[in-house]
Amino acid sequence: MSTAVITRKPVMPEKHYLNDNYGIRSWLLTKDHKRIAVLYLVSISFFFLIGGFYASMIRLQLLTPTAELFQPDTYNKLFTMHGVNMVFFFLIPSIPATIGNFLIPLMVGAKDLAFPKINLLSWYLYMAGGCFSLAALFSGGVDTGWTFYTPLSSGFVHTPVVILVFGVLLAGFSSIFTGLNFIVTVHRMRAPGLTWGRLPLFVWSNYAAALIMILGTPVVAITLSLMILERGFHIGIFDPKLGGDPVLFQHMFWFYSHPAVYIMILPGMGVISELVPCFSRKRVFGYTFVAFSSIAIAVFGFVVWAHHMFVAGISLYSALVFSLLSFAVAIPSAVKIFNWTATMYKGSVSLETPMLYALAFMGLFTIGGLTGLFLASLGLDVHIHDTYFVVAHFHYVMVGGMVTAYMGGLHFWWPKITGRMYPEGAAKLSALIVFIGFNLTFFPQFILGYLGMPRRYAAYPPEFQVFNVLSSAGASILAVGFILPAIYFLWSLKYGEVAGDNPWKATGLEWTTTSPPPTHNFHETPVVTTGPYHYGVDEEVPVVH
Amino acid sequence: MSTSQSTTTEHHPALVHQFDDMAQQREASTFGMWVFLLTEIMMFGAMFAAYLIYRIMYYPAFVAGSTSISVAWGFTNTLVLLGSSFTMAMAVWSAQKGIRKQQMVWLVLTMILGSVFLGVKAKEYYDKYDECHIPGHFIGKGFNAWGGCEVNNPKLGNIAEEIQARARNAQAKGYKDVVVPSDVAAEQTARQAEIFFSFYFALTGLHAFHMCIGLGLLTWLLIRAAHGQFGPQYYTPMELGGLYWHFVDIVWIFLFPLLYLISRHSGAH
Repeated sequence: MSTAVITRKPVMPEKHYLNDNYGIRSWLLTKDHKRIAVLYLVSISFFFLIGGFYASMIRLQLLTPTAELFQPDTYNKLFTMHGVNMVFFFLIPSIPATIGNFLIPLMVGAKDLAFPKINLLSWYLYMAGGCFSLAALFSGGVDTGWTFYTPLSSGFVHTPVVILVFGVLLAGFSSIFTGLNFIVTVHRMRAPGLTWGRLPLFVWSNYAAALIMILGTPVVAITLSLMILERGFHIGIFDPKLGGDPVLFQHMFWFYSHPAVYIMILPGMGVISELVPCFSRKRVFGYTFVAFSSIAIAVFGFVVWAHHMFVAGISLYSALVFSLLSFAVAIPSAVKIFNWTATMYKGSVSLETPMLYALAFMGLFTIGGLTGLFLASLGLDVHIHDTYFVVAHFHYVMVGGMVTAYMGGLHFWWPKITGRMYPEGAAKLSALIVFIGFNLTFFPQFILGYLGMPRRYAAYPPEFQVFNVLSSAGASILAVGFILPAIYFLWSLKYGEVAGDNPWKATGLEWTTTSPPPTHNFHETPVVTTGPYHYGVDEEVPVVH
Repeated sequence: MSTSQSTTTEHHPALVHQFDDMAQQREASTFGMWVFLLTEIMMFGAMFAAYLIYRIMYYPAFVAGSTSISVAWGFTNTLVLLGSSFTMAMAVWSAQKGIRKQQMVWLVLTMILGSVFLGVKAKEYYDKYDECHIPGHFIGKGFNAWGGCEVNNPKLGNIAEEIQARARNAQAKGYKDVVVPSDVAAEQTARQAEIFFSFYFALTGLHAFHMCIGLGLLTWLLIRAAHGQFGPQYYTPMELGGLYWHFVDIVWIFLFPLLYLISRHSGAH
């Protein structure tokens, strides 16, 4: 029956971006977006490891109610460094700088991003920022919390705040450059026939994230610079002792840092929008709505920041407006979830690893999103603000949503990036482990928070221990789920099955070139004649006798 | 060899590999520059917003602080920068025409004017140092509400007295509800001017930093212009350098009234 299909085993292309030239210089001075994506992939994996190490220390500490492992001061440093590393050095660059960097030129049919040198500069800035964050660790670690609230950060603590914040600033500029490159590339470098309405949804969502990167990041850059100035020269912009306003710092900080969570989640949603149609063999349901919901999330995202400050003494009336607007973000988010579900309806769904991650995303992100509505309600927020409920909420969005999408995307495009398949069995197993470990880690935290356990405490009353032990146990399972892929991905580089150009029979320009692609992506500029996701349209079952 | 007209333009030496032709390269670069300027607007905009919020919060102190900086020097610098924008525009124009000598002359003039601006700024900073208006207590002798930094001229930079004088002035004009603050109250209000000076230095400092980057860019453009790289076919770098320079100029056009001019001549209220 399938003899004709398997007679031609896929072979690796002779020349591709990985073997175009060799040597450390060819990597460190590369201007190829695909190589820069690989550089980013290696470096963010490293920082994910560091951030994961901090996380496991936190979970170890919280196994017992009395702070037995670390002094409270050390614990403060652990959760600060965990937050800073994960937010600025993993989550924000994760999908855009790796998968996005690799795919956006391929998806729009271009030879490279618009500004390859700036793309490389962005990686160097990121690495420099990362080095500063490590320097802050080795000079004792910072204990302000990742939010760097003033006047604590600008006056009271005696830890290397300036070093760490400088690292964050550099990472911020690297993010600005990535966003700038994406926007110009999408506007100016689309292949002939690739209209906006034919762009893959992954491009749309990265475009929306890029908008936030370029509009939000400069604000946090100037905010943190003023904070450093204040710490260095005691100038009093945010210090109430000198007439400054610490709440203004929070406004300016969250003006970026709230939209920043959409920098993290939007590209993840873009990945899911690619996975669901492919593994349902169906056109995506409501393409226009999914595309514009990304833009809507980016726009709404800029006007909800003060929901982080409901108990910081802002006026009740502005709090009401911010609460209402925060609820509004649920609309475009729900549009996406419903449309993915509708895409699967009556599709021929197959459960390969990327799809497992996509399904996990849809469930976990929904829980994360709905609990966000609890927090956006003024009255309820007073009760659960700064408790483990908040911690659980954003880990459901960030880990359950974003990291899950990242893992799904990595599995999906791994054959395109490396030319080889990962082992499906091990991958499915680890997807399952991640799902179980994740829920065991973070679901108990919802209950803990609702019962009143505050976040950022090194010790807690003994009645909370049961849930904390559950959570710590879950974290160790989750760790296994992340270590396994690291092992089999590395294994697959040498022993993985050769993938062929399009192992998933997916649509999209990136699948029309070889795996791995040649340095200039396409042997000739592709011409686009159809809309995206034409699954099931020209997809006849091959007639083989 | 039969090379068509289009392939000769495609092989322009400045065409980089990721673009199909010079037109696409030019459009992408220009668009990229505008996007970059948008990020700059957000960066300056955040600080402008913070400045305006404090200005409303601490109005009398900010007016007194405003009065202590020199409008004459600020105005001079405004003219200097406007002039440099003109010379920059001329440099772009001569690049489009491909006249090598002219490009260099206009670029050098722009750089001279830029340096004059920075020189005047340095003089203004030094005056603030002299008057003990540097916020914080790490540079100079610390902020002093009553002036008195200078032994020869103890009245120099007296913010507290300025606040009292404005209140008296307003009373004289018939604003009956204005109270002349006591020495203690005037000194407290004057301390708020420290925040004014924090913003003054942060805003003009960030602007001056951009001017320095601009001078670096102009040097790079000067070298390229000297090699005769710009002509009617290719002048994008010059055009983008011009965009950047004009942007920095426009930032000053906002800074000058916000820091030096507004409410300067109104009474306290």
